[in-house]
Amino acid sequence: METMEPILAAHPFFKGLDSRYLKLILECASRETFTPGQFLCRDHEEARKFFVIHHGRVAVEIYRARRGPVAITTLGEGEALGWLWFDQPYHWHLDARALDLTRVISLDVGCLLERCNRDHDFGYELMRRYAQHLAVQFRALKAQLADFYD
Amino acid sequence: MKANLPAPMIPTPFVVQKVKRETSDTYTLNLTRASGATDFVFAPGQFNMLYAFGAGEVPISISGDPAAPEILVHTVRDVGNVTRAICRLKREGVIGVRGPFGVPWPVSQVAGSDVLLIAGGLGLAPLRPALYHLLQHRGEYGSIELFYGSRTPQDLLYPKELERWRGRFDLRVHLTVDKAETEWHTNVGVVTKIIERARFDPPNTVAMLCGPGVMMRFTIMELMKQGLKAEQIYLSMERNMKCGIGLCGHCQWGPFFVCQDGPVFRYDRVQDWFERREV
Repeated sequence: METMEPILAAHPFFKGLDSRYLKLILECASRETFTPGQFLCRDHEEARKFFVIHHGRVAVEIYRARRGPVAITTLGEGEALGWLWFDQPYHWHLDARALDLTRVISLDVGCLLERCNRDHDFGYELMRRYAQHLAVQFRALKAQLADFYD
Repeated sequence: MKANLPAPMIPTPFVVQKVKRETSDTYTLNLTRASGATDFVFAPGQFNMLYAFGAGEVPISISGDPAAPEILVHTVRDVGNVTRAICRLKREGVIGVRGPFGVPWPVSQVAGSDVLLIAGGLGLAPLRPALYHLLQHRGEYGSIELFYGSRTPQDLLYPKELERWRGRFDLRVHLTVDKAETEWHTNVGVVTKIIERARFDPPNTVAMLCGPGVMMRFTIMELMKQGLKAEQIYLSMERNMKCGIGLCGHCQWGPFFVCQDGPVFRYDRVQDWFERREV
């Protein structure tokens, strides 16, 4: 079985990361597989994990009372899920459901934060990538709000 | 390709053979010449002026197969008086046609390249003839990828054809919508987000875009981020064309007349005017 290190090193979020930092991340990492229909996380649950998707697809959904869930975005290979773990009270605000067989590396958020606090250079590097990812997400969201196709 | 009807300002009567409802407000009409002639030659990306008698005339892209000129196909969205009159036509109804007009997609010039077709909303209609051409001459091109975004799954044009195209081994089709119920198993998100999944060789790739201005603006940004240059991007512009032959000036866009110099433009030639305020 392929170790997690090359998967993380090749993932766009961690690409080019110093190997020392990659080792710190690996200390917080574990593999998980989700079958189609299985939830990676659910609204209101405690956000303990950050998912690095390396195979499959995930629908991010909002549940509407009486009308059921609506997908607002889909994520796939090379993307990541779980951006609320810097935002107290660290609870999921959305559901995420596997559309296909989905393989992820899940990172324990408590473990990551502890390492960020211990090594601020590492924390800064992670934050920098996080901020860039957020900028991309915001750009896509703004485009979605602009009623792109009308 | 110049207008192949008798005189460019005189509408020729065509008869409606079939009307198909594509979405809640969009219809596809199959037309044949009232005279019975079967020689309406056009190039992918060109448009016609459609004249709904008693209502008026509007420019509409041709969305049919250029290799089947006996049937003229137009997909029309009901957005105003004239388009409403066109959408309400029934079988055997008569409509006036002038055209074809305008600069087409450069399908022959880009042979040998990888081709990305990127459409948003109704923008798939003007790109469909280009895709027909590419598939009919499949061996002449590298990889071909179609990216198509719409608001919801119900707003996608030509769903059966999309399904057929998705089943082909020589074409990659990426669909995305802004939001969807759980039965939708494809992508959700704006079309720019899925472009990064394309498999293409940037120096040898050409992108053809059609959709609303804001969609094309963000798509161009994404394509350039992926390594495409302005001269590798073509877009189809929409303006209020009236005469269709560059005389009246209704469709003037900076130094261009969209009806004559477009509707298909190479991006590097128009980038100073694209999405500019008050132009």
